[in-house]
Amino acid sequence: MPATGNSEALAAAFEGGPAYVPYLAVGDPDYDASLEYVEALDRGGADVIELGLPFSEPIAEGPTIQGAVVRSLEGGMTPDRFFAFVEKLDVDAPLVCMTYYNLIYQYGDGDGPRDFVEKAAEVGLEGFVVPDLPAEEADPLREACDEFGLDLVFIVAPTTTGDRLERIMSRVSGYVYVQARLGTTGAKSDVADSTTESLDRLREYDVPKAVGFGISSGEHAERIVAGGADGIIVGSALVDIVAEGVEADLSTEAVADRLESLSRELKAGAERGYAARTEAAESR
Amino acid sequence: MSETEPTTNDAPELSRRPGRRRGRDDGKFGRYGGQYVPEALMPAIEELTDAYERYVLDNEDGFMDEFRERLADFGGRPTPLQRAERLSERYDREVYLKREDLLHGGAHKLNNALGQVLLAKYMGKERIVAETGAGQHGTATAMAAAHLDMPCEIYMGERDINRQRPNVFRMKLNGAEVNPVTAGRGTLKEAISETMRDWATTVENTHYVIGSVVGPHPFPVMVRDFQAVISEEARAQSIEKTGDLPTDVVACAGGGSNTMGSFAAFVDDESVALHAIEAGGSTLEVDEEAGVAPNSASLFAGEEGVLHGARTKLLQDSDGQIMESHSVSSGLDYAGVGPELAYLVDEGRVTPVAVDDDAALEGFHRLSNTEGIIPALETAHAFGYLEEHAEDLGERVVVTVSGRGDKDLESVIEETDKRDVAGAPDMSMFSGGI
Repeated sequence: MPATGNSEALAAAFEGGPAYVPYLAVGDPDYDASLEYVEALDRGGADVIELGLPFSEPIAEGPTIQGAVVRSLEGGMTPDRFFAFVEKLDVDAPLVCMTYYNLIYQYGDGDGPRDFVEKAAEVGLEGFVVPDLPAEEADPLREACDEFGLDLVFIVAPTTTGDRLERIMSRVSGYVYVQARLGTTGAKSDVADSTTESLDRLREYDVPKAVGFGISSGEHAERIVAGGADGIIVGSALVDIVAEGVEADLSTEAVADRLESLSRELKAGAERGYAARTEAAESR
Repeated sequence: MSETEPTTNDAPELSRRPGRRRGRDDGKFGRYGGQYVPEALMPAIEELTDAYERYVLDNEDGFMDEFRERLADFGGRPTPLQRAERLSERYDREVYLKREDLLHGGAHKLNNALGQVLLAKYMGKERIVAETGAGQHGTATAMAAAHLDMPCEIYMGERDINRQRPNVFRMKLNGAEVNPVTAGRGTLKEAISETMRDWATTVENTHYVIGSVVGPHPFPVMVRDFQAVISEEARAQSIEKTGDLPTDVVACAGGGSNTMGSFAAFVDDESVALHAIEAGGSTLEVDEEAGVAPNSASLFAGEEGVLHGARTKLLQDSDGQIMESHSVSSGLDYAGVGPELAYLVDEGRVTPVAVDDDAALEGFHRLSNTEGIIPALETAHAFGYLEEHAEDLGERVVVTVSGRGDKDLESVIEETDKRDVAGAPDMSMFSGGI
């Protein structure tokens, strides 16, 4: 997959095999444990890590990630602490910030996204996913990303077609986040068939396609990559592990181990899917 | 819309309303407005924009005619513009009341709810979802949905459900399902977020009846157009009764549907001053640490930001996290405000004023015992304003009575008992529940 964006690290993450892209809300349930958890994802084989900066009104999130947002905000997470967290983090995978537009807009002078992007570049982030920022409103953030060499990932829904798809694909860089089904985030026992249709619609665009929403097992990951995805994005299934740790009062180490082991399962699933796809292509 | 002239007399008149051209283009009011929503909602919003332009702006299939007919027959419109005799004497100027409290359901909310549920029917939708804070919009939507035979689900914060049990019962009586929202602090803003999440999953067969002039385009212009009937009537009634336009229009502002409804037909009349009265709560100071603003004065004290699909004025901390607002009146209790109002305030066309809980309670009692009208606590803020600022106003003032106060009696007893409210009866015998 050729590089299509500003970040070489993000482009490299999608080369030579499927990318495993895990998400965790930073500061969930507290700053120190959260550092351990993100590092566990890295050990488990993460190719890119999406770090959630919690916003008080997360309209695109289901109950699982809402819970993480509440825990993190109650623990005192702020944009400045988020940036400090990113600086402190010791991981190999490139990092992408997932947050809502008001936090990006208000940072610094409070009059646009540039200050936030500048700071993000300084602490070593490679890009952004902003679920409440449609392509129509995204030009100021797109320009700031280009100025500081970061990528801007957009979400494509099962309902995104025609002019809207064109508008999004003309502004996306890094990778495109293919939403596997309608609704909000959340782990599901099954993954929707609409994924294949979405991937077909995107085939002509030269940017990596990472599928998310509902992926919770190695089997899902395998099926989705076999179906043509360049990567898988997993959030709620990992956040569930953190939440269970809080509920059962598990040690940070025990939770980190579980995160690492699910990561290995997901990554292995993605690789099996990729092998199957390559084999099918060769036998054709 | 065909190439021929619209068949009703209303359509050409409507198309001159301010903001309409902007609304048709991209939903921007200066720097405010827009469509900040998850991608999964965009197709629904585009579909709704198309339906709004065809049915509401162009009266396709006689939509607006049916809307007006139902507002008259089911809703009881027009509502009167009544001269308030004691208040006129007290303030030494003509005070007129636009009586939205007399609309079916007891508040202006039905204008919007009926319009949107009817629109959902025209769009072929099979299900209605709506959020509610205090329950006023929820009860109006449940009434409209029952009237138009549409299945209806209302999202309401768990804390609000406990505070507003009679309204929950009313919704259920009208056949609506009430879904408790436990996220966050369990109030209006969480209920809006949760309804948006439902809609993101069900867009194909569901319409979201938003309760105010907030949210992504086309909601702010569409809700304004449904509520504009308030000021269209008041304008004509004022000319009929007094031979002239009012000098001032006063309306309370939470999200802003009553405010925009009361102002819309007057925005082009430069001689008419427009006053938006916000809930000043207990104080305009904010507690950044706790994330709480003990008021709901987003026009007066808020900063620009993005919430629930629109860029507008918000109560937020310096990082951009949304604050928990507060008001003695739960209907004004929202951290944002409609983007068009934010724009009209910046343009200097609308003057925002904050009136605190105490003054609102006094206003409540004053209107009750001098005019025989028990107003909603939201409305009472407008009368608190009148008491404090009557001298700044011109000779003919129209105040919108946005709703009646029966729903608020328990909180009025409780709040009055805590204070020394001028003109209030002794409520101590009722405190602790009646």
